[in-house]
Amino acid sequence: MSSSPTPRPGPPPGLSGPARTLTGAQSLVRSLEAVGAQVIFGIPGGAILPAYDPLYDSTAVRHILVRHEQGAGHAAAGYAQATGRVGVCMATSGPGATNLVTPIADAHMDSVPLVAITGQVPSAAIGTDAFQEADICGITMPITKHNYLVTDAVDIPRVIAEAFHIAATGRPGPVLVDIPKDVLQATTTFGWPPTMDLPGYRPVLRPHGKQIREAARLMSAAHRPVLYVGGGVLKARATAELMVLAEVTGIPVVTTLMARGAFPDSHRQNLGMPGMHGTVTAVTALQRSDLIVALGARFDDRVTGQLSTFAPDATIVHADIDPAEISKNRVADVPIVGDCREVIADLIVAVRQEHEAGRRHDIAAWWSRLDGYRATYPLGYDWPPDGSLAPQYVIERLGAIAGPEAIYVAGVGQHQMWAAQFIRYERPCTWLNSGGLGTMGYAVPAAMGAKVGRPDTTVWAIDGDGCFQMTNQELATCAIEGIPIKVAVINNGNLGMVRQWQNLFYGQRYSHTNLGTQATRRIPDFLLLAEAMGCVGLRCESRDDVDATIDKAMQIDDQPVVVDFIVGEDAQVWPMVAAGTSNNDILAARDVRPDFDAGV
Amino acid sequence: MSVHTLSVLVENKPGVLARVSSLFSRRGFNIDSLAVGPTENEHISRITLVVNLDELPLEQVTKQLNKLVNVIKIVELHAATSVQRELLLVKVKVDATTRTQALETAELFRAKVVDVGTESLTLEATGTPDKLDALLRVLEPIGIREMVQSGAVALGRGPRAIAANPAVRTLDRPA
Repeated sequence: MSSSPTPRPGPPPGLSGPARTLTGAQSLVRSLEAVGAQVIFGIPGGAILPAYDPLYDSTAVRHILVRHEQGAGHAAAGYAQATGRVGVCMATSGPGATNLVTPIADAHMDSVPLVAITGQVPSAAIGTDAFQEADICGITMPITKHNYLVTDAVDIPRVIAEAFHIAATGRPGPVLVDIPKDVLQATTTFGWPPTMDLPGYRPVLRPHGKQIREAARLMSAAHRPVLYVGGGVLKARATAELMVLAEVTGIPVVTTLMARGAFPDSHRQNLGMPGMHGTVTAVTALQRSDLIVALGARFDDRVTGQLSTFAPDATIVHADIDPAEISKNRVADVPIVGDCREVIADLIVAVRQEHEAGRRHDIAAWWSRLDGYRATYPLGYDWPPDGSLAPQYVIERLGAIAGPEAIYVAGVGQHQMWAAQFIRYERPCTWLNSGGLGTMGYAVPAAMGAKVGRPDTTVWAIDGDGCFQMTNQELATCAIEGIPIKVAVINNGNLGMVRQWQNLFYGQRYSHTNLGTQATRRIPDFLLLAEAMGCVGLRCESRDDVDATIDKAMQIDDQPVVVDFIVGEDAQVWPMVAAGTSNNDILAARDVRPDFDAGV
Repeated sequence: MSVHTLSVLVENKPGVLARVSSLFSRRGFNIDSLAVGPTENEHISRITLVVNLDELPLEQVTKQLNKLVNVIKIVELHAATSVQRELLLVKVKVDATTRTQALETAELFRAKVVDVGTESLTLEATGTPDKLDALLRVLEPIGIREMVQSGAVALGRGPRAIAANPAVRTLDRPA
């Protein structure tokens, strides 16, 4: 994202000009309006109450009253991920603020631009263990890009401008602004735009030309190159540039969990997702490559498997806007610090120069090897022998019927992996999930935020029955606020991914993973729960009803819909690289170890 | 592993020291010593960190430090091209027979006597960690009642200042 010296967009008419007298709370709301915030997800409470009074009058900012602060945080993140704008959430002091900790940590791990505004007990009470006091700046220090405790109301416009600037530029991330109640109540002045004072914040956007030329030289000379595309490509809005680079070079592309949709799944050069549950072809392409060009990716342990055996023959070109990611896990041979969009644009020029100079190694042999893997080990699944519904089929059909225009938002677990595998993503920002932190409960509130940000787009939350029970209270918010999301609960009655590990690694001892949502009594009955929340509830238990049920859900536009898909409990996510093992030991399916040297 | 001295210029704002020190602990790096104080610019404080790390972890920790919004600049100061000092206050147990020995030791190490009593002497000494260690070894047999030692502070040799000088090796970016 680009750096800007002054906050954008500019102030609404009438806001600029000489400073005027108002309260800190009014200054806060004015600042939020001026910085361009359109939506705030939040819940009022004692310390933040002064801010809610002027917010009541704001016509520029829509406040959405959520049911739990965690929902506010994830909704703001979903809004940000779907729109590219900064998501905003608001909570009171103490428990209100601490309930934001999980979504803030989530946004930090996935580099989501987020501004969290919290009330704090009055300045004089800070440090006295006052009612609803929590040191939220101290608590969130390790999980925010930056945070502020505002001590003087006159600082509010500057702090809000800086918070949005820091959240959105460089490597995006969450910024928390904690404002004591007396600061909100103080009389102050407001002027816009304020002068930002950030002497230590200078994201490097322009890549170094020498490194770009070296990367282009390697890309033109490599025998087995791979473009390892991460979420940074989406954050940098560089998908058009990526397409050109991929087609100019002919290099195979793998898209990480955070980058699904950054490169179309229908494109011949897309090998799919790498990592623990990636395609055999994507995992093996990285593993056997002689050149990895990492673009906005961070060599996460879920991608590399055992780090010491990851891609042993590969030279590494690593481009990222965050210098600290480069050589953090895997040492980079060619480090490139810069915004992915600028990096890729420069690489295109440099690669073309290499080609024009007659330097271009033919990678047909590499492609024929990869095509062999692709033909031998396609993604697939078996139908459960007990006749139950295959969860992969449900998700595959959902993707086919809702299509590539829809936004898909997953929780965490088996259903998340299947949604990453079996939906064909063609466009950027159509796949939202909690990748780094792995936050169960992300889907419903994040889908709500995405739908608020892109109201004309169909938004499907694909959730598990475990995840769904963590945050489904936001369905009430959706019903009341007119946010018609659709939720597919992939209900296998269990904490499915945990159960899968118990099946594989703990001798089938299913300790505390059965949730009882599928037992004879169905507790809770998601159909009744949906109706109680003001949503339409549907249920599907057989293969024959899947399409019709999805069609029916697609036709409901004026209310949230929850579909309870009753699926088998024994389905597993494959392929799999077991935690801590080498990518060489990927299993295509249970007990199926690909033989890469046998004639493919 | 090797010892490195980092000079970190930070904004003089509340909580900055906590940001720096907690970053070390949460990323799993140890700090040998840390000293913080004001600089010639009232808006800027200077933190001197001594760490014992390999080259790659050092690079990683400096990059992480640089990501802190309040951190303005980080410079590694090498022993050969910088002056590095620690401050020691040590209370030595003395009597009529050992007092002279303690005072002679203080003189040899150019330590100052800052408090005198019938049963004790308090010495103030500055120097490199090696020099202060040597002083303590000599005082040990006389009897050390208590002592306190500061973290190291350091400045580069020569006329240049890190705030304005791009020629000093900075750790802003990867090589």
